[in-house]
Amino acid sequence: MGVDQHTDWDVLIKGLWRENPVFVAVLGMCPTLAVTNTAINSLAMASATFFVLFFSSLFVSLLRKVIAKEVRITTYIVIIATFVSLVDMLLAALVPDIHKELGAFIALIVVNCLILGRQEAFAAKNKVGLALMDAIGMGLGFTIALLMIGIVREILGNGSLFDIPILGASFEPWIIMILPPGGFFTLGFLLLIFNTVAQRRARANAITS
Amino acid sequence: MAQELLWIFISALLINNFTLTYFLGICPFLGVSNKVDTAIRLGLANIFVMIITAIAAWALNTYVLIYAPYLRLISFIIVIASTVQFVEMAIKKWSPELFRALGIFLPLITTNCAILGLALFATNKGYGLLEGIVYALGAGGGVTLALILMAGIREETRILDIPDSVKGTALSLIIAGILSMAFMGFAGMFSAA
Repeated sequence: MGVDQHTDWDVLIKGLWRENPVFVAVLGMCPTLAVTNTAINSLAMASATFFVLFFSSLFVSLLRKVIAKEVRITTYIVIIATFVSLVDMLLAALVPDIHKELGAFIALIVVNCLILGRQEAFAAKNKVGLALMDAIGMGLGFTIALLMIGIVREILGNGSLFDIPILGASFEPWIIMILPPGGFFTLGFLLLIFNTVAQRRARANAITS
Repeated sequence: MAQELLWIFISALLINNFTLTYFLGICPFLGVSNKVDTAIRLGLANIFVMIITAIAAWALNTYVLIYAPYLRLISFIIVIASTVQFVEMAIKKWSPELFRALGIFLPLITTNCAILGLALFATNKGYGLLEGIVYALGAGGGVTLALILMAGIREETRILDIPDSVKGTALSLIIAGILSMAFMGFAGMFSAA
């Protein structure tokens, strides 16, 4: 991954689609699949991850000249774990219902490889402004991916969207979609669509050039 | 007591399988499980680290964290990672044979969400030392089982004619979905009894 010649805008935009953390890099699978059974849970998990990623990138980037190379991973983990503990307490205080539903998966944001990956690959090597742009881009990309999965699962599995029924009473919900297998299937099919589009585009480019 | 322990074991092994129903440890599940042989060794290393984790988590919970519960997450991660490092060095010295079998997987596994998940779930359920170890055995066995099943199926898919866009992660996820559905059957096995 080249980190030298990025313009600010490019750093922000690349996380949304071209280097989307979920669909392209396949990082952070565990929360992606575990808590995306409804759109609201997806949004809560994505916001929590966004928060942690943003502040970890800020601190890692600020401290990048202070942190000794030998203990950098441990330092990153301590920084990340601090913000995860914060977000865990914040959610418990603000939205206890959602916090209860997400349970231990909030704490598991610590081991989301997306966050540690961005610290190692980007924040530790770049100025604060650029590191924050990258965190925002990747955080939004993660949010988009989680919401896409959550929306598909909630509509098919429950006939509703953000708890509002949209498919009517005659719709027989596909219970499997809100259960664990539904997570695997939804992400599998979304990746399939993603790959197909990417391949079409590559083929079209090859013909025109 | 014995019945309760057996129940914890079966529940973690099959019904609440870490990989297929909690989605913990998905990274190695999707990334590494290409060969049955590798899957077995990775699974064994997993069981091993999980047992150490269960003991470490129990010790932390009993002796340290009652005084400072807000340090739970940070101390879990650091203590688990360093304990595994120490044990790894010890094994390297005393049993090169075992080290070669588990080898490179040990440090990788430490940062795996299944390990932290185990520590957190065991804490949330209030397990003691013995229950924790049995839970770790069940969970580790479950992860191993999922890894081996996945690797076995993927070995077979290599000789199939698969469209390019399905190859790779998409195919693995769909296989995982079907496996996960199969494991849901175990939930019915006990509710009837």
